[in-house]
Amino acid sequence: MAARPTVRRLAGRGGHLGLIGLFTVFSAFPFYWMLITTFKRTSDLLKRGNNPFVYNQPPTLENLRVLFYDTLYVQWLANTFFVGLLVVLITLVLAVPAGYALARLTGRVGEHLGIAIFLTYLVPPTLLFIPMSRLIADLGLQDSLWSLVVVYPSFTVPFCTWLLMGFFKAIPRDLEEAAMIDGYSRLGAFVKVVIPISVAGILTVIIFTLTLVMQEFVYALTFITAARHFTVSVGVPTFLVHGDVYFWGSLMAGCFIASVPIAVLYNFFVDRFIAGFTAGAIK
Amino acid sequence: MSDRLATARPRGLSFVVDSPRWLGPLMIGPAVLYIVLVVGLPFVLAILYAFSDVSMGHRTLEFVGFRNFASVLGTPKFQTALKNTFVFAVTSQVLVMVLATVLALALIRDFHGKWLVRLLILLPWVAPISLGTIGWLWILDSTYSVINWTLEALGLITNEGWLMWLGVPHLAMASVIVIHVWRILPLATVILIAGLTSIPHDIHDAAQMDGAGFWRHLFQVTVPLIRPIMLVAGLFGLVFAFTDMIVIFVLTRGGPYDTTQVLASLAFFTGIQGGDLAEGAAVALFLFPLLVAVAVGFLRVARRTEVT
Repeated sequence: MAARPTVRRLAGRGGHLGLIGLFTVFSAFPFYWMLITTFKRTSDLLKRGNNPFVYNQPPTLENLRVLFYDTLYVQWLANTFFVGLLVVLITLVLAVPAGYALARLTGRVGEHLGIAIFLTYLVPPTLLFIPMSRLIADLGLQDSLWSLVVVYPSFTVPFCTWLLMGFFKAIPRDLEEAAMIDGYSRLGAFVKVVIPISVAGILTVIIFTLTLVMQEFVYALTFITAARHFTVSVGVPTFLVHGDVYFWGSLMAGCFIASVPIAVLYNFFVDRFIAGFTAGAIK
Repeated sequence: MSDRLATARPRGLSFVVDSPRWLGPLMIGPAVLYIVLVVGLPFVLAILYAFSDVSMGHRTLEFVGFRNFASVLGTPKFQTALKNTFVFAVTSQVLVMVLATVLALALIRDFHGKWLVRLLILLPWVAPISLGTIGWLWILDSTYSVINWTLEALGLITNEGWLMWLGVPHLAMASVIVIHVWRILPLATVILIAGLTSIPHDIHDAAQMDGAGFWRHLFQVTVPLIRPIMLVAGLFGLVFAFTDMIVIFVLTRGGPYDTTQVLASLAFFTGIQGGDLAEGAAVALFLFPLLVAVAVGFLRVARRTEVT
C-alpha cells in the first residue's frame, strides 16, 4: 500500500466521524442543555455576561425542589400515566384481534381494509380537533382526562393494528394448524398458541402507545382547561410559564425528566417500529 | 382445510370460533367501529362544520354554503398562513431528505459507540415534541441565547448585535424550520437505514467490481434501490410538516406579525381560542387535498412493491 491511499483513508475516516459528531451534537444538544440548566441558580442563568457553558455559581437542587413541590408536575406525570395505561388497554383489546384477523382470516378484503386502517393514522389531529372539541363537550367530557382516554386510541389503534398484522404474518401458519389438529378451535389456537409467542410484538405496541400518549399535544391543549388535569406535554409549556416570567431551571428539569428516560426505553424497540412504517416498501 | 374440519364437527358455537368467515369480522369489527366513531365521524363533521355557522356558544347549526371559505380566503391572515405552510413544509422536508440520506449513509458503517450515537440522534423524535421544543426556546432566548453568546465569543457578532432568533420575521421562519428538521430528521434517517440495510451485499460488491466510484455508486446503485423507501419517508415527513403546529405554537405562536403562522396553527387560534368553529374548520379543511395526495402516493408505493 502506498502512502497516499492511507492518508486518504484516514482523512475519510476523520470526515466520517466528524460528520457523525456534528449530527449528534445537533440532535442531542438541547437535552444536554436542559441537564446543565436544571442545576443552575436563577441568578447564574439570568446574567448576560456569564459564560453559559460553565457553572459560574455553585450548582443547586432548588429548581428540582420547586418543580416537585411548588408546581403540579407530579400530578401531570400521574395524569399522563393514568391516560397512558387506559389507552394501552383499549388499544390492546381492539388492535390485537384486529391485527390477527387481517393477517390470517380476512384474505383479500382484509388487505385493502388493512391499508385503509393504516391511512386513518395519517389523518392529523389538526383536521379533527375542532369537531372533536364539540363532540367531547356534548359527551360532557370537557376538561376531563377521560376525553383523552376516548380520543387517543384514534391514532394508537390504526398504527398498532398495522404493526401487529405484520407481526402475526411472520408467525408460521403450521403452528396454529398443528394446534387445530390437536383439537383447538381457530380462536383457541390464537389465544393459546399465537398470543404467547407474540409477547415481543405486544410489548412493542405497549411502548409505542405510551410514547404516543406522552407526545400528544393538540388534543390535550384543546380539551383540557384546568391546570391539574393536564398531561405533562401540555402542562409544562403552559403552566411553568407565568406571563413573561420563565422559570428556566425548573422548566428544563421538567422537560428533561419527562423525555429522556422514555427515549432510552423506546430505543430498544425502534427497529420494530420502523418495520411497521416501512412494511410494504421493503420486502 | 381448517374450514372442512370445522364443518365436520358442528357443536354449539364452534362454527363462530372456527370459521374465518365468522371469526374474521368478529375480531376486526370492534376496531373498525371504534375508528369509524372517533376518526370517521369527526372527519365528516369537520366537512359539515366548514359549510355551517357553528360556533362554540350556540347549539344550532345552519348551512351557509361557501361563506366560511369566502370569508377565510379573503383575509391576508389566511393567505400568509397558506404561503407559510408551503414554505415551512417544503423547505424543511427537502432539508430533511438530504440530511437524512447523508446521515443514514454515515451511520450504516460500523464504528465504536454506534449504539450511543443512535440513541442520541433518536432523542428529538422520541422525546415529547413540546418539551424538546422548549429546550430550543431557552437556547434561542432573546436575552440569554447560548448561540448568541458563542457567536460573540467567536467574534462573529458584537454585544449589541445579538440576534433575535424568534423575533424577526425571516429569522423566525428559519428558526422554526431548523427545529422542525431537528425533530423529523431521526425518523427519516432510521427509515432510510432500514432501506439501506435491505440492499443485498452482492449488489454493492458487483458495483465495486465494475469499478463504480463513490458518487456513481451512490446515484446509480444505492439511491435507485432505496427510492420506494425514500418516498415513504418523504410522504410521512410531508404529512407531519403540513399538519403539525406544535413547534410553531411553542416557539412563536405564529408571530412575529403572523410571519410563522401556518394553516394548522391558524385553525387552532380561529376555531378553538377564537371560538369560531366553522371558520376554523374551513381553514383546517385546506389541509385535506394535500392528505389525499399523500395517501395516493403511499398506495402507489404499496401497490408497486406488491407486484414486484
